[in-house]
Amino acid sequence: MNEVKTFRLDGVDIEFSEGDTIMDAALRAGAYIPHLCHNPEFTPHGSCRVCIVEVNGGQVSACTQPAAAGLEVDNASDAIVEERRNLLQMLFVEGNHMCPGCEKSGACQLQAVAYYTGMLSPHYTHFFPQRSVDASHPDTAIDFNRCILCELCVRASRDVDHKNVFSLRGRGIDTQLTINSPSGKLGDSTFAATDKAAHVCPVGAILPKHRGYEQPIGNRLYDRQPISVVGDVAAYEPGNKGDGHD
Amino acid sequence: MTDKIRVATASLCGCFGCHMSLLDIDERIIDLVQLVEFDRSPINDIKKVGDCDIGIIEGGVANAENVEVLLEFRKHCKVLVALGACAINGGIPAMRNSFELRECLEEAYIDGIGVANPQIPNDVEIPLLLNKVHPIHEVVKVDHFLPGCPPSGDTIWTFLTELIEGKPISFPYEQIHYD
Amino acid sequence: MTHDEIIKTIIASSGTSPDVQRQQLLQYLCQIQHDLSHIPGHAITQLADLMQMPEAEIHGVIDFYSFLHKDARGEYDILLSDSITDHMLGSRTLLQQLCNRLGVEPGVPRSDGRVTVDTTSCTGLCDQGPAMLVNGTAVSRLSDSRIEQICALIEAGTGVSQWPAEFFEIEDNILRRDLLLSDETTAASPDGSALRALIASSSDALLDVIEQSGLRGRGGAGFRTGMKWRFCKQAESDSHYVVCNADEGEPGTFKDRVLLNSYADSVFEGMTLCAGIIGAQRGYLYLRGEYRYLLEPLQAVLQQRRDSGLLGQGILGKNGFDFDIEIHLGAGAYICGEESSLIESLEGKRGIPRKRPPFPVTLGYLNKPTVVNNVETFMAAAKIAALGADWYCAAGTPESSGTKVLSISGDCERPGIYEYPFGVTIKQVLEDCGATNTQAVQIAGAAGTTLPVADADRCIAFEDVSTAGSIMVFNNERNLLDMVQNFAHFFVHESCGFCTPCRVGGSLLKDLVEKLVNGHATQYDVAEMKQIGALMQGTSFCGLGTTAANPVLDLLNRFPQLVEEQLAHSGYEPAFDLDASLQEARDITGRDDAGAHIGSHT
Repeated sequence: MNEVKTFRLDGVDIEFSEGDTIMDAALRAGAYIPHLCHNPEFTPHGSCRVCIVEVNGGQVSACTQPAAAGLEVDNASDAIVEERRNLLQMLFVEGNHMCPGCEKSGACQLQAVAYYTGMLSPHYTHFFPQRSVDASHPDTAIDFNRCILCELCVRASRDVDHKNVFSLRGRGIDTQLTINSPSGKLGDSTFAATDKAAHVCPVGAILPKHRGYEQPIGNRLYDRQPISVVGDVAAYEPGNKGDGHD
Repeated sequence: MTDKIRVATASLCGCFGCHMSLLDIDERIIDLVQLVEFDRSPINDIKKVGDCDIGIIEGGVANAENVEVLLEFRKHCKVLVALGACAINGGIPAMRNSFELRECLEEAYIDGIGVANPQIPNDVEIPLLLNKVHPIHEVVKVDHFLPGCPPSGDTIWTFLTELIEGKPISFPYEQIHYD
Repeated sequence: MTHDEIIKTIIASSGTSPDVQRQQLLQYLCQIQHDLSHIPGHAITQLADLMQMPEAEIHGVIDFYSFLHKDARGEYDILLSDSITDHMLGSRTLLQQLCNRLGVEPGVPRSDGRVTVDTTSCTGLCDQGPAMLVNGTAVSRLSDSRIEQICALIEAGTGVSQWPAEFFEIEDNILRRDLLLSDETTAASPDGSALRALIASSSDALLDVIEQSGLRGRGGAGFRTGMKWRFCKQAESDSHYVVCNADEGEPGTFKDRVLLNSYADSVFEGMTLCAGIIGAQRGYLYLRGEYRYLLEPLQAVLQQRRDSGLLGQGILGKNGFDFDIEIHLGAGAYICGEESSLIESLEGKRGIPRKRPPFPVTLGYLNKPTVVNNVETFMAAAKIAALGADWYCAAGTPESSGTKVLSISGDCERPGIYEYPFGVTIKQVLEDCGATNTQAVQIAGAAGTTLPVADADRCIAFEDVSTAGSIMVFNNERNLLDMVQNFAHFFVHESCGFCTPCRVGGSLLKDLVEKLVNGHATQYDVAEMKQIGALMQGTSFCGLGTTAANPVLDLLNRFPQLVEEQLAHSGYEPAFDLDASLQEARDITGRDDAGAHIGSHT
């Protein structure tokens, strides 16, 4: 029989299997490590860096770091929480995140993780980039102002839908999400509202049309309980793993 | 002079919703006025800010007058508070940052539907617009941020009472939201 | 040939399956760019059809590399090297002169399509700058008069191949030779000697020799070469690869250019040795686009080696010893010097670093075990195989055996290539290159460390100050802030954009450095820079992000008096120029009264 292997996360023993990352094992054990670009249905990515944890004195992203027996993982020190808050603040100033005008507000993972880390302001100087809104598709709208470049839609469209509707272009601070269609518009692509890619966006960048204020502000997913209790918003999308409606 | 805590408030480029929310502390305002005295504020219509303990700013920085008021507040207030989404990140008014200032003015004063005598106002009495709307921390040092559009009366109450009592400020989960 | 014919010829030149074609995507794009001075939309459509991949993905690849363009560049595409050492030699004045004389704005083709003038990251000619590339070929030692001549040639429509040969003279400038570069070594280890040694003993025995020599990676990180090769050899797979990292992008480094120019045989020999040891049949040399002019000479060396039985099937007559090398070009992306980005780029993609683990030795090129080593590492390995571990260990320190080839530039009388045994003091280096009145030394490039001259008794070694070769000298006349600003811009330009701290933090840091340079930063901003820098160091995804803040942090921590002199002495300064932000409104309204300004009365 295989010996049960564990590492310690904030002083609690977490069991893991061969091939698990720290994130995999923690999520399975019901321990919350904040994350944005990670979705357990997809290959780990490691770009947002929000799941940074301290392991044996060094910092690693929990979603990409293989679990190993005996690791001491610090997920909650003041320093780690502050770093996460700073990373979130960077994401907020990089885009145009006007929460009061966003239909995703209250059920937005960027917001929820920011609440969780105690972010009261974006702190840094805003970039106010010039970005567009694409409302060309009959069922789905894209607001590039809110994109945080997590590439979940890219991964979903490529790996699950096999459509490659989304990809990234540009480099560095000019990196942006782009749509693969002759006009560059979503309405001109093979995208459908039933695609997996339509149900993985952690923020309000990819939104269903014709649905507004079904849930009043104040009654939304993260309005009363933190994300550490509620979990990822994608899990509440119909058809996704851990469907919150069941 | 009393030894009450002096508080000044101003709305820069905002909708006064945050000030309305301040009034939403309801009957607790009676407790509040036991503790504080209002200096310049839309509540009492005093026009010039004097030396204060706490300055509360609603709204972002969109024009030359906003800058002037904000700098005056910073000069006179020991503690400066950004109240609400617009003061914190520019908010809805900052959505004009996606456009050139000229486009905005032309849409409003030249090409807009029903515009009579189209011209962009240039009277010296009208504050000039900044090319972009900015959150207030991009102009002055801000000591505290209360997010929300608006922050709820409860949030404002928690903040003011804890600040006045000199306690570390911490909010229950449901009191912090960005919308 | 028409555009279409050129594109078809390029595409027809390699494999048939879409998968194989995709690995060539970047190479096709480089060739199309080279032949047509841009990549037209119909070429993108053709490539997308051929490779069965979305056009958007091809756009993504084009956008990623600075040397690829979707809009036509000028007939003469001029890129001035924008490294700090070029600046110190007057490149910015020359850029202005060039633009004025030709009547162009930087980056915008002239209306007649004749010429584009732009800047590019360090071109690796710091010892003979200011430098530029014209249609991919390097021109060194620019001066007023050379710029005048160039402008006249352009206006006359003289083809670049007809320009005076002295424009293109690139010197090796080897000013100190030690173990690797000495004439005795070259004589004692002729071409093929490492491979003969391999055949005469065994791959295990030769791997032991490499391990015993203590050779460590010369790209800067210093991983033990023998160990890397052993890991790769042990990784089970149907194929293994050898990759030579010649993406020498670190500002101030140019030793690989010299090694490839004059010692390419040894470099290829080292790659072939590695192949023999780990069991690879295919190798790649990833050559930075800035060194495109070395492509043909390198290909000639490869052909010569094939003709001599040192490459190809049955090397030196040994049955089963099959290995060949292909050269892939980069296209202006510093990040591709990071080994996993380089592998992505070799596969024809955007050069985004991969997550580690797994490491390339187990999952590298095409997810096969791959050794990626620096040019100098392969060369040293070849010499060690021929002359023995003892020969190599005789020089250097116990932790850092052998020698290091340094590229020295900046404020010194004799910039160039210097080979030293590890353990040499910086003081010695400064003396030898004729540096006087030195203020600071930037070691290991923009990603490296800034040392005040007071620290010149420190040593070049992995256990002390490590460098892939770049040493830039700054005398007391220089403002170090210029250097820091140049590097901050460099990292914003070169960040791949994958992870948050590097992408966003780097931009924030650049703006704060600018605020400091303009005299508007306060102690508050200094604290901000330290915080952002620490975040980038601690949380970035790859080495570019973790080192990008080094120059700023070194300035703040090691040169506090310089920073202090530059600070505004108020408690807090706005993030933007308040009065300037009214300019647009002033222009629109025509107002210029007192109320139309901010700040005059405060």
